[in-house]
Amino acid sequence: MPILCSSCEKKRAVLKRPKTGHSLCKECFFWAFEEEVHQTIISARLFNPGETVGIGASGGKDSTVLAHVLKVLNERYNYGLKLLLLSVDEGITGYRDDSLETVKRNEQQYALPLTIVSYEELYGWTMDAIVKQVGLKNNCTFCGVFRRQALDRGAMMLNVDKICTGHNADDVAETVLMNVLRGDIARLRRCTAISTASEGEGVVPRCKPLKYAYEKEIVLYAYFNKLDYFSTECVYSPNAYRGHARTFLKDLESVRPSAIMDVIHSGENLSVREGVRMPVQGTCSRCGYISSQALCKACVLLEGLNRGLPRLGIGKHHRLHGKILAKEPLTQEEERKLKAVDF
Amino acid sequence: MAAPITLHLEFGGGAELLFDGVKDHQVTLPSQSQPWDMKQLLVWIRANMLKERPELFVQGDTVRPGILVLINDADWELMGELTYEIQDQDSVVFISTLHGG
Repeated sequence: MPILCSSCEKKRAVLKRPKTGHSLCKECFFWAFEEEVHQTIISARLFNPGETVGIGASGGKDSTVLAHVLKVLNERYNYGLKLLLLSVDEGITGYRDDSLETVKRNEQQYALPLTIVSYEELYGWTMDAIVKQVGLKNNCTFCGVFRRQALDRGAMMLNVDKICTGHNADDVAETVLMNVLRGDIARLRRCTAISTASEGEGVVPRCKPLKYAYEKEIVLYAYFNKLDYFSTECVYSPNAYRGHARTFLKDLESVRPSAIMDVIHSGENLSVREGVRMPVQGTCSRCGYISSQALCKACVLLEGLNRGLPRLGIGKHHRLHGKILAKEPLTQEEERKLKAVDF
Repeated sequence: MAAPITLHLEFGGGAELLFDGVKDHQVTLPSQSQPWDMKQLLVWIRANMLKERPELFVQGDTVRPGILVLINDADWELMGELTYEIQDQDSVVFISTLHGG
């Protein structure tokens, strides 16, 4: 008693779509999935003909599906885009080295040129070396901040007009929840945007074409298309805070699949009362990257690593920015606070 | 008595890490008076195959939310989920969606 596809009514259905409840066969599912991404791209005017678009590629399911779908749509609808793959090598033995092998295969499979930028060449530190110094508690902070900037630097090296990332609907909904729990109103307002406005020099506009694509559908799209992707947990342990939001959201989804879209929708329609103070975006006085402080987070973290004071970038130490910029020594008391590794 | 059933099980998307990193398994379920269903299969997997941290695979009497299940290459949500009656030579795939993108 196989269930027939509710679209073509001919073939056997292979999945129930969480977003619509429809039962579709493989071909109708591929088509529906790709057309929805196309609609997202068109209605948000993510790209213009002739642009060079860098796809942030980790070798994981999301970016692999993104690269595949963008290539299909670019050909099907003549977007006129020059697509390329951009990967960041964080320097994590046993994790990123393996996933980069996947990206290198994707380069061949999709015939898209690949560029890899590494933390080691950009910052002089691999994540392996950072973890040795800071331990396993705040390492994800370093990695996240460095990765964001590394993608921008890579994109600028390649003269890319836009970067797109594989963030999916589940990721966006998780981020909404995390920002609510943290009370981070500035990020809460920004996090549902499908693309970043051009934030000034040194920052390449970013967009998320899979923003409305459910993780379940991304995984099944990859599975039924037999896409080659990498799925190992980072050896430096999961991002615990996001993990909690994720588990909660998956539990919600199992009761009511629309919960993911509902959370995104709430985030999108949030209005912030006038007069709420927002951080003012400026630029880092050391490297020129966007920053709401005198020094950007990456420069502060890096300074902390290079001075052997790993806590410098963890928590709020804005008062010290002047001293760092002037290359003044810190007092013993200040050093003592920043040195302890037992955090 | 129903005869023993032979099944092909596959774990992917990171779920294989709970099974010694082995993706493909050929298993034989012992004969029992009633037919095997998915609910019983999960109990059997937990008792006989799971190497570590069972809570990352099963939760209550079903799979942990975020793990997709395909029966003969179709979403188990189309096949009755836990009540699906397993047939000899069926193929069941478990894919974790919980690992990084």
